[in-house]
Amino acid sequence: MTVVRFAPSTSTALAELLLSMADDEFVIGFSDSEWTGIAPILEEDVAMSSIAQDELGHAKALYELLASVHNDGRDADALAYDREPEAYRHARLLDHRRGDWALAIARRFLYDTADAARLASIGDGWPPLGELIAKIRREERYHVMHALAWADRLARAGGEARERFVAALEALAPDAPTVLATPEGEAALLEAGILTRPMSAAFEGWRTEVAGILVPLGITLRLEAPADAAAARTGHSDDFRWLWGEFTSVRRSDPGATW
Amino acid sequence: MSAVATRPAPADEDAVREILRGVADPEIPAISIVDLGMVERIEVGPDRIEVELLPTFVGCPAQELIRSTVIDALAPLGRPTVVGFSFRVPWTSDRITDIGRRRLTAAGFAPPADPAAVRCPYCGSSQVVMDSAFGPTQCRSLFYCRGCRQPFEGFKVL
Repeated sequence: MTVVRFAPSTSTALAELLLSMADDEFVIGFSDSEWTGIAPILEEDVAMSSIAQDELGHAKALYELLASVHNDGRDADALAYDREPEAYRHARLLDHRRGDWALAIARRFLYDTADAARLASIGDGWPPLGELIAKIRREERYHVMHALAWADRLARAGGEARERFVAALEALAPDAPTVLATPEGEAALLEAGILTRPMSAAFEGWRTEVAGILVPLGITLRLEAPADAAAARTGHSDDFRWLWGEFTSVRRSDPGATW
Repeated sequence: MSAVATRPAPADEDAVREILRGVADPEIPAISIVDLGMVERIEVGPDRIEVELLPTFVGCPAQELIRSTVIDALAPLGRPTVVGFSFRVPWTSDRITDIGRRRLTAAGFAPPADPAAVRCPYCGSSQVVMDSAFGPTQCRSLFYCRGCRQPFEGFKVL
């Protein structure tokens, strides 16, 4: 496996970055898989399931990189499942329970656009990550197209669809910027070329992009600069603790089993 | 040493590639992993064979099945095979060979193309619409042909 040759402080910051990205993809992947079988139309049943499968695949690849950084014998599954809820580092945006379809679309729209801004900030300072992100960005393009098409459809529909969509956006707006919270050790990551710009710059770019999409639809969203990652990615909700119980139940039912 | 005499039949990169032409994609058995463009590197050493594959999608669930199928297929060459998946080079849909594109079409899948250039694999009509970018596997989208009124699947452009 890949050998990591960074100063300890850079390795620690890299591990935190990988954990936050992997947990984001893992939690939204699991959340969206809840739509399998119950989405409003058959095509969306398939689409949400496929997107969830993509996200869980991205999470697995990121956990594998994290395992190589830790190099302590824990594999991707151990990193994904064998933690208490408090140890997860996903953004608070992903702490909300499934809700209705408007909430699912609002969350995907905010997450996919913010995630794209984050992925565009990853450099090739650590080639294994740079190579993986280059591949992931090709797939995420389809997720963004999906989210934009649905945001447009719900916003232009008027009536209850628009009302619910706008309400969902407003409910999520305070937490949406947490995806782009400044990671711990950001200076070291910039120095090593693992990041190519500070997350605050990614946040500003994302906020402008979101306004460029929503304002023409007559929606103004207040998006404020997030707290740093230490605050934005801890203290998870009861909704998340419930989801954690779901996604760890099989693993906990027979620890150490090979499935 | 006499070890040379006990070695199995000679194997080289071409021999390995030829065998891999018989390893099908588990999700679209009409096409081999070679024609899909997944085989990036083959190294045949005296003691082992290394095969580097590029996953079509990061989360493709067929990876482990493909790995074990490749190992089984190369077993007759008589030395251990190591199969690695890597993102060193990103797999893109233009790595699919011309033979692969023809086989996809024959099996009822439109090969990857810009939406405006997609043709119905059954009747060749250009009167097609994309119903959804997302299909039953990560690499496929859903289309409908207004010419022969058949739904069909197309490979995603990646």
